[in-house]
Amino acid sequence: MSTNLIEFKDVSFRYGEDQPWVLKNVSFTIDEDEWVAIIGHNGSGKSTIAKLINGLLFPQEGEILIDGKKVTEDSIWDIRKDVGMVFQNPDNQFVGATVQDDVAFGMENRGISRETMVERIESTLNAVGMKDYLLTEPHRLSGGQKQRVAIASVLAISPKVLILDEATAMLDPNGRKEIMQTVSGLQDRQGLSLITITHDLQEVVQADRVLVMNGGQIWDEAEPRKIFAKKEELREIGLDVPFVAILADALLDAGITIAHEPLNHEELLEDLWTLHSKT
Amino acid sequence: MNNSLIIGQYVPGTSIVHRLDPRTKITIIFFYVFIVFFANNLPSYGILILFALASTFISRVPIRFIMKGLTPVWFLIIFTFILHLFVTKEGTVIFDFWIFKFYSGGVIQGIAISIRFFLLILVTSLLTLTTTPIEITDAIEDMLRPLNKVKFPVHELALMMSISLRFIPTLMQETDKISRAQASRGVDFRTGPVKERIKAIVPLLVPLFVSAFKRAEELAMAMEARGYQGGHGRSKLRELKIEKIDILVYFVFLAVITVLLLTRTYG
Ligand SMILES: Nc1ncnc2c1ncn2[C@@H]1O[C@H](COP(=O)(O)OP(=O)(O)OP(=O)(O)O)[C@@H](O)[C@H]1O
Ligand SMILES: [Mg+2]
Repeated sequence: MSTNLIEFKDVSFRYGEDQPWVLKNVSFTIDEDEWVAIIGHNGSGKSTIAKLINGLLFPQEGEILIDGKKVTEDSIWDIRKDVGMVFQNPDNQFVGATVQDDVAFGMENRGISRETMVERIESTLNAVGMKDYLLTEPHRLSGGQKQRVAIASVLAISPKVLILDEATAMLDPNGRKEIMQTVSGLQDRQGLSLITITHDLQEVVQADRVLVMNGGQIWDEAEPRKIFAKKEELREIGLDVPFVAILADALLDAGITIAHEPLNHEELLEDLWTLHSKT
Repeated sequence: MNNSLIIGQYVPGTSIVHRLDPRTKITIIFFYVFIVFFANNLPSYGILILFALASTFISRVPIRFIMKGLTPVWFLIIFTFILHLFVTKEGTVIFDFWIFKFYSGGVIQGIAISIRFFLLILVTSLLTLTTTPIEITDAIEDMLRPLNKVKFPVHELALMMSISLRFIPTLMQETDKISRAQASRGVDFRTGPVKERIKAIVPLLVPLFVSAFKRAEELAMAMEARGYQGGHGRSKLRELKIEKIDILVYFVFLAVITVLLLTRTYG
């Protein structure tokens, strides 16, 4: 067995015969336990990639393998056991009348026994820090809490990959932090491949690797630090460059060279201190 | 706003009435509604009233909630009473003044019909007061299961009901938000002539519908992503169970029916 959990081979996709290609010859692989962030401007094809991975859509050209299985009409029910997905809108993916009903939904679909469901509801809600809300109705939860329930619902079927398609986009900064912490905690503990799709460069910092999409093609693929270093080009393809990166650039222009491309405020501060103590 | 967000009229509690299997409650109410029309004398009405009041008492639902359930039908009850007073011409004349000529039969009939009405409303609101909408949905799904044989989509119906129930508060919150947004732009649908108010509702309804369709589409996608493929081969987290107490209640109810049938007058 290869360790390639997800493999895209020359995938092209369009939403209809008369429509433009949304993805053009996209190839990439994602390993077990790897965290890959996908960024790109609006309409660059990020969500389409996510939907192709769990068979909500099928490519016209090329093929997609998940854990060695090709994604086809026949294999999607198996593949959806391995691929869990959390969408952008917290409300529109909450199916159950209460938190426990929602976590149960995916398991009910797979005919899992009641005892197992009760156990897994408890353990997954625990994992996302929502165990005190078992019987709470969705309209009494914050957006961040709903997204954590959505993550628990997906974890309950023990997938191999968790995809978050802009799962934090509709949340306030606190909710965002909640989700990012939950997710990175999970990845450390459970050994799970993680794909986070985002607009926000700030959210790719923790990933092992970043895929940058531009106009339906992979524009670049590298670790976050290297991506951060390409500010000008990123800006050209419509991405917002984080404040630290801009500041680092400005420092460089002013003739102050720091050790490496900083990813966040702490690192920048650290670099500046080092510099200060050297001079 | 927050108050109206509680769906239905469910009053949480732990009484026997609350804990009964929803199917037991629905079955009993079904037959109760039926036998109410069999009562025709004091003892037979007595046993029915006793049963209804006893259940209400045991449920410990505060009287004001029950009264609230009755509010819309008071008018109907009083109206039928008055109608009988005027129309029925049996028994002795007990009141005669100008065009008003009431017979004893009219009074008795009027009271009897009003009591029936009252009992029907009382027991049915007791169901919704002590049972969550989700329990009712589960019970309906279970009781309609035989209809699967004639290809009636029982599971789909139940799922539709539960999703609607789940989204009512969400859509209400959204309506509130949109109406505030529109109000801040000067749209006013709370005052003014009816025609103006109806016109003002359009800018409220359009965005609401647009968003409801979007929600439906996204929800369908999320359900599919989580492996939903219809009712076939599904298990259920919430399960209904007939307990000893349900059996006991059935027997009590059978006793009520027996007494009723023995005491009512025939012929
Ligand atoms: N159901 C659809 N039918 C037709 N075209 C679609 C459909 N969904 C998306 N598209 C088009 O496909 C392209 C890629 O869309 P996709 O949703 O994958 O982009 P995205 O990178 O996720 O963008 P965003 O950041 O806005 O979520 C867009 O040009 C979009 O207009
Ligand atoms: Mg998208």
